[in-house]
Amino acid sequence: MKLLVAVKRVVDYNVKIRIKPDHTGVDTANLKMSMNPFDEIAVEEAVRWKEQGKATEVVAVSIGPQAAQDTLRTALAMGADRAILVQTDAEVEPLAVAKILKAIAAEEAPGAVILGKQAIDDDSNQTGQMLAALLGWPQGTFISEASPDGNGRITVVREIDGGLETLSLATPCILTTDLRLNEPRYASLPNIMKAKKKPLDATTPEALGVDVAPRLVTLKVEDPPHRKAGVIVASVDELVEKLKNEAKVL
Amino acid sequence: MRALVLAEHDNRSLKPATHAAVAAAKQLGGEVDVVVIGHRADAVAQQAAKLDGVAKVLVADDPVFHELLAEPAADLLVGLASGYDALLAPATATGKNVMPRLAALIDVQQVSEIVAVIDAETFVRPIYAGNALATVKSTDAKKVITVRATAFAPAAETGAAAIEPIAAVADPGASRFLERRVTESVRPELTAARVVVAGGRGIGSDGAFALVSQLADILGGAVGASRAAVDAGFIPNDAQVGQTGKIVAPDLYIAVGISGAIQHLAGMKDSKVIVAINKDSEAPIFQVADYGLVADVFEAVPALIERLSA
Ligand SMILES: Cc1cc2nc3c(=O)[nH]c(=O)nc-3n(C[C@H](O)[C@H](O)[C@H](O)COP(=O)(O)OP(=O)(O)OC[C@H]3O[C@@H](n4cnc5c(N)ncnc54)[C@H](O)[C@@H]3O)c2cc1C
Ligand SMILES: Nc1ncnc2c1ncn2[C@@H]1O[C@H](COP(=O)(O)O)[C@@H](O)[C@H]1O
Repeated sequence: MKLLVAVKRVVDYNVKIRIKPDHTGVDTANLKMSMNPFDEIAVEEAVRWKEQGKATEVVAVSIGPQAAQDTLRTALAMGADRAILVQTDAEVEPLAVAKILKAIAAEEAPGAVILGKQAIDDDSNQTGQMLAALLGWPQGTFISEASPDGNGRITVVREIDGGLETLSLATPCILTTDLRLNEPRYASLPNIMKAKKKPLDATTPEALGVDVAPRLVTLKVEDPPHRKAGVIVASVDELVEKLKNEAKVL
Repeated sequence: MRALVLAEHDNRSLKPATHAAVAAAKQLGGEVDVVVIGHRADAVAQQAAKLDGVAKVLVADDPVFHELLAEPAADLLVGLASGYDALLAPATATGKNVMPRLAALIDVQQVSEIVAVIDAETFVRPIYAGNALATVKSTDAKKVITVRATAFAPAAETGAAAIEPIAAVADPGASRFLERRVTESVRPELTAARVVVAGGRGIGSDGAFALVSQLADILGGAVGASRAAVDAGFIPNDAQVGQTGKIVAPDLYIAVGISGAIQHLAGMKDSKVIVAINKDSEAPIFQVADYGLVADVFEAVPALIERLSA
């Protein structure tokens, strides 16, 4: 079974973002960019399946600017076999990303597409579910375990609000990763070197016939209300006194 | 303007996140219906009918909906979509699973986790772990929206809507439910609790995590956790609070042995009163805490438990 993995280039999760002074968006110039953490988990899962003989090939896809090549090289260094850059400087919304991935899935015919559950920049948590809808495939979202049974089904454990849910999905299907699925590896230097020689193809949304015109218009982007630091209390007694008499929450 | 809200429930009771989603739907300015998709969920429908401002409760009751899998639920909603200008759900695990599938099926770009309604097409939503608030206008003819429950005052239960059964859909069958392991707890639900006591890596072990639970019990609260505490296995994953876990906004949030990473703050910084107990006076959590106590968990929490149970 071939696996397709979607990887997005985002502002590194450790970086504190700044809002542009004109409130038109977030200033991402000169910030450290990385692979979306949930997508690292997706790549790791796919590569493990390949190492375990449960998958035959891992293809990483990213939709974004030329620089998203770096993200794809990281996926290749982690163990993906090939990469596809769908190059565009536009900001592509989840529905359009899903349409692009659908077009690629039509060419590649994977047994499963693995995505992150959420991109940590737009925090949408939509793309995997949308792709599943467009392809008419079943979806296993927010998964913390996945085991392909070798007979065309994948058993997944999903993180839900009250606990865990186990589903059996017919392939081809869509999976989206949660934090507990695995711990992604660091790419070793030799693998980073090897990744430079792995194939990286490029295409565009236009070539795939997908209109990426945004449906949402961002009117403004602002700082959230600032929460002021309060007081440091000296003892448990003082804390209890304040919670009772000042905050009145006890 | 007509809006339809997907009810959050477990076939037995309606979850409070629904009340918030109905409140958001009302702000769109038109009629609001609720749809209960479930199996033997009469009690849920009765409860939904009481929600203030709801005109009609549609009930799709069928074994195919027992677990509310995304595939049949989205198919059902597609069938209803033509009658509505907006389709909403609370941003719960279910809402997040079903609504984007629906949105793509009707070619709509969903607006996720709104925290405010400006008008029927314009919404505010957090991005970058809540470090920015974006005001976005949807240009789609229909809106598909998920609602952050903590941001809307819940609809009251003073109404009396009509209940109307609707037909189910065929099971697409590609996805089979095997089991659900629900974390049994006598404590209030994390996202609805008035008090949340949350523990982090600083607690050190799952044995010691009992201190956090004890403190929560004395206060009649729920237990939350940082990602590090969940990853370490101190407590099940559904207790994770944060950007990629649960969003909470209780009257009182007590963070114990939690450093206050932005991903954690994203899930709790709208709490009314925040208390932080951490032995590191430089921990970022103190920058959002109303009351900080620089102390060792193992001294402060037992003392707090003793003081409060006295
Ligand atoms: C994609 C992604 C998503 C994430 N999502 C979330 C999320 O939803 N929620 C979340 O919480 N995190 C999330 N994280 C993780 C987040 O970045 C932090 O790593 C995590 O919140 C840290 O947890 P912590 O504060 O318990 O641990 P630490 O940062 O290790 O802090 C432990 C704290 O305990 C204190 N301490 C230690 N011993 C004691 C003692 N004896 N007494 C008192 N204090 C003590 C220390 O001073 C320290 O401040 C996410 C990360 C990524 C990359
Ligand atoms: N531009 C993109 N390129 C590649 N994958 C993407 C892109 N945008 C979203 N994805 C995938 O979809 C997941 C969910 O993103 P989102 O729906 O935006 O929260 C991400 O974790 C990625 O796996």
